[in-house]
Amino acid sequence: MINNIFAWLTDGAHWQGYDGIPRRLLEHLAYSFTALLIAALIAIPLGLYIGHTGRGRFLVVNAVGAARAIPSLGLLFLAFFWLGPRLSGDIAFLAPAGLVLVVLAIPPILSGAYAGVEGVDPDARDAAKGMGMRGSQVLRHVEFPCALPLIMSGVRSGMLQVIATATIAAVLGLGGLGRFLIDGLATQDFSQTASGAILVAVLALVVDLALALVQRSVVSRGLTGRYRPVETFNPDAGATPSAPALQQNA
Amino acid sequence: MTWLRDHFGEVLSLTVQHIYLAGVPLILGLLIALPLGWLARRYRGLYPVLIIGTGLLYTIPSLALFIMLPVLLGTHVLDRTNVLIAMTIYTVALLVRTVADGLGAVPDAVNQSATAMGYKRGRRFVSVELPLAVPVISAGLRVAAVSNVSIVSVAALIGVQQLGSLFTDGFSRAFVEPILVGVVACVLLALLFDGVILGVTFLATPWLRAGKASG
Repeated sequence: MINNIFAWLTDGAHWQGYDGIPRRLLEHLAYSFTALLIAALIAIPLGLYIGHTGRGRFLVVNAVGAARAIPSLGLLFLAFFWLGPRLSGDIAFLAPAGLVLVVLAIPPILSGAYAGVEGVDPDARDAAKGMGMRGSQVLRHVEFPCALPLIMSGVRSGMLQVIATATIAAVLGLGGLGRFLIDGLATQDFSQTASGAILVAVLALVVDLALALVQRSVVSRGLTGRYRPVETFNPDAGATPSAPALQQNA
Repeated sequence: MTWLRDHFGEVLSLTVQHIYLAGVPLILGLLIALPLGWLARRYRGLYPVLIIGTGLLYTIPSLALFIMLPVLLGTHVLDRTNVLIAMTIYTVALLVRTVADGLGAVPDAVNQSATAMGYKRGRRFVSVELPLAVPVISAGLRVAAVSNVSIVSVAALIGVQQLGSLFTDGFSRAFVEPILVGVVACVLLALLFDGVILGVTFLATPWLRAGKASG
């Protein structure tokens, strides 16, 4: 079995053309990053606003819990039956899947942004106000940078969710690496299915690692504790706020 | 709603399958995560290894894991064991960190008092640290339970019967009602799991209410 998979993955014919691995990989990346970008543009400002003002906190907590309970496969099919008949051509396949990808990526990012701002040390906030910063300045210069670790962990779980759901969305005719899994299952070509599964798993790992590196470079060293000008009394104080229960999956 | 009335028995048996496939891994995962979380706490060097290792497992998309397990284990693709093991892996991945952080949140003074009262390490873990970590562990377990219920439905794509089968059936016959019923049933099941965990947590943490009752 392992030999068959190895043979499939190293077969030159699978690395070129319309149904080749590079093209499917690029499709998968394109869907995932587009959906993540749209979701982040909606969820980060909204989460920051809710965290900053405290308005709508109830909404976030419940929406995030509820979204976790909704099965992504069912949601994909519902979106397909709802939107599909109203559209024509390729967009009839792309739009329902795209909508679901964005909708599923929003809750983890939203809760990360909200929890990040909410968890900012009140002393830091007071100090910023005491220095004469206005509300929007406090948000931009203090709350946002302090919230970045949790925002980034929200973005990372959102991305994992999107990559997993984009794989499943191949049942709706969407491209991407999911095609190898779904087509392989349909034609009982197990080497293809298993190879696709390995490719998707590697993609998820690599993208998560890349986002972890982004997180490392954007988060202030003063927060991560990788920068310590003086010996601190308690090594745990001032460390990155932990992110319990932010992880999510499809 | 006539569809649901006509197929009630079928939906019920799929629900039972779903409870089995999502629930058993939850218990197995907790039983595996408890010692791992304890190890991560006890030996500080192990903490990053265990957290990063389980985190990597969690990145694997569910459909990919369902398909890769039979290759690794030599089981049949349609075997439900694959789904049980995959869900157990996800549960462990979520819970190891929770257990380690929950045990870490137990105040040092409490541990020292227990030691001073003659508790040995094992007994202290079972009767002091673990009970005090219950609220944190329970929060992690609720997340794992709800996402398990949702992820299990993906197994319909590899032909394992549970509520997700209503999605694939409805899709292949271009019939929305089974899909709607399946989604609603999944959400209700997630609420049920959540409620059961909340109930058990309530019973396991009488000390959280002791202060309120007396004063």
